[in-house]
Amino acid sequence: MELVCPAGNLPSLKAAVNNGADAVYIGFRDDTNARHFAGLNFNDKQIDKGLQYAREHGTRVFVAVNTYPYPSGFSRWQQAVDRAAEFGVDALILADIGVMDYARERWPDLNLHLSVQGSATSHEAIRFYAEQFDIKRAVIPRVLSLKQVETLINKSPVPIEVFGFGSLCVMVEGRCYLSSYVTGQGPNNFGACSPASFVRWEETPAGLETRLNDVLIDRVGKGENAGYPTICKGRFEVMGRTGYAIEAPTSLNTLPILADLHRIGAAAIKIEGRQRSPAYVAQVTRVMRAAIDACQRDPDNYAPQQDWMTQLASLSEGSQTTLGAYERTWQ
Amino acid sequence: MNTQATQAKRLSLGPVLYFWTEDQLREFYNMVADSPVDVVYLGETICSKRRSLNVDGWLELADMLQQAGKEVVLSTLSLVEADSELGLMRRLCENDHFRVEANDMAAVQMLAGNAEFIGGPTLNIYNTRTLNNLNNLGLKRWVMPVEQSRDTLNDFRQDMADGIEVEVFAWGRLPLAFSARCYTARNHNLPKDDCGFRCLDDPDGMLLNTREDDAFLVLNGIQTQSASTMNLVRELDSPDVDIFRISPQSRHTDHIIQIYHKCLQGEMAIDDAVTVLESLMPTGPCDGYWYGQAGMAAGCNAA
Repeated sequence: MELVCPAGNLPSLKAAVNNGADAVYIGFRDDTNARHFAGLNFNDKQIDKGLQYAREHGTRVFVAVNTYPYPSGFSRWQQAVDRAAEFGVDALILADIGVMDYARERWPDLNLHLSVQGSATSHEAIRFYAEQFDIKRAVIPRVLSLKQVETLINKSPVPIEVFGFGSLCVMVEGRCYLSSYVTGQGPNNFGACSPASFVRWEETPAGLETRLNDVLIDRVGKGENAGYPTICKGRFEVMGRTGYAIEAPTSLNTLPILADLHRIGAAAIKIEGRQRSPAYVAQVTRVMRAAIDACQRDPDNYAPQQDWMTQLASLSEGSQTTLGAYERTWQ
Repeated sequence: MNTQATQAKRLSLGPVLYFWTEDQLREFYNMVADSPVDVVYLGETICSKRRSLNVDGWLELADMLQQAGKEVVLSTLSLVEADSELGLMRRLCENDHFRVEANDMAAVQMLAGNAEFIGGPTLNIYNTRTLNNLNNLGLKRWVMPVEQSRDTLNDFRQDMADGIEVEVFAWGRLPLAFSARCYTARNHNLPKDDCGFRCLDDPDGMLLNTREDDAFLVLNGIQTQSASTMNLVRELDSPDVDIFRISPQSRHTDHIIQIYHKCLQGEMAIDDAVTVLESLMPTGPCDGYWYGQAGMAAGCNAA
């Protein structure tokens, strides 16, 4: 079971490599990837250095080109595929069928992974990408219970990568327009959820308000932490009650079920968070490395150490973690 | 080269996105049989636990509507989680009377190379290369994802393959997201596995307001929709669209179909239609996506 870690810049890449990542995933500095944030991601020189550093340490490098180009921007995605291929990266993580078609035609030997943004939640959907584009791995959305993941892995034509830790998308990835509904820009068409340029924080007599393109997402009182105004983690009123109608700020943490993921044959555990700091990447990578090693050494007696849980909770949204959809009761 | 729509423009009725009882569904589709829609999409696309009708029940309705002169399409589930759902999907995909609207790549996989199909609005078709690729596998009609604009559609038209029909989501609360979690059950403090089918209480979904009392979203089981209703009646003369989709709501759908039909026939002034249609929306209007803006924006092309 491989550990796949995020790197939004060169220091994060080194942090992931130094702390035991089997692979790191990165993106280019534009809207061709799903973490299109100002100041984040890699230019050519940084990729060159990052690849060299990773290779010296035996770590593989994947490049995410996992947003959806409109017709007018398609050539930018082609160029991203070409750049990644020319750098000789270990895999390209793609979501769009057109981009996959191009990559397969232009670079027949390139190793393709289906991104979580491809929204493939069943073995039949994955079979489509395997048959049409010869993908070698699929990353699955955070919507299946552990039992359903097991069934999918058993029937999937390719190895499956699952999310292990990080911010939790509660909607099917690649199928969520909440951000674009409010701002015009979302994960699919812009590479970011709730883009920072639309975010406003405002002290008011009623409390600190967070708004996204003027829509009130949350209001917190003194002593409460105001989270980033992601729509699905806001507080709203439903049937006369105000609360987290969709989900509270929380992060996914699979340490408690790591032995199960190992047993059912997950090929890789993915850590979310290319937008996070190098210190964050270092700490999460270190904990997950220790946990995966313990799990693989003795899966029958694996249990997450309290210290690991504490460390990961301190890095989580709202200092809370959840098993998310892996656990039926969450659903 | 397919530069513009050729046939007369048609109206379609999308699948019912809410959980209605069998009686409600039968009454609704009896109305539809006598209405001037050309195409009717049938089936449960949101939650496989909703079984007011089983597959045979849907097929029976499909026959009835076909005899009434409608083109009938069977719509598949949008989010597939369990293997049992794939079994039902396969039955739909392998039926030999009606075309199928694929709302997930699993359905595309079942249909590809076997039957002509319609690409539903939840397939991620964002560029011509993707569309043409699926056309080679049997896609004959494309329902554009709701977040795409008229300019994007026009770009598609420049080099999309011949013979693909374009349908747009013209009327209704916009489908915005899907989740493993059932928000209806969550807001009733019930587990999804023991939900009591409370979504039957909300035939147009459950309203979610901001803390400033603005109607914002609608929770429909595992689906999240816009509270505002998309209305593209001003765009019926768009040269790039073949079919305009009306998404069913529990009240006034017959009236909405009539108004769209009259506008298409040139029998009603668009401004008058807008006034009446806005009075038939559960909450307010929106049309931003079509004009390349935030989806919630409204009145982007007001006369």
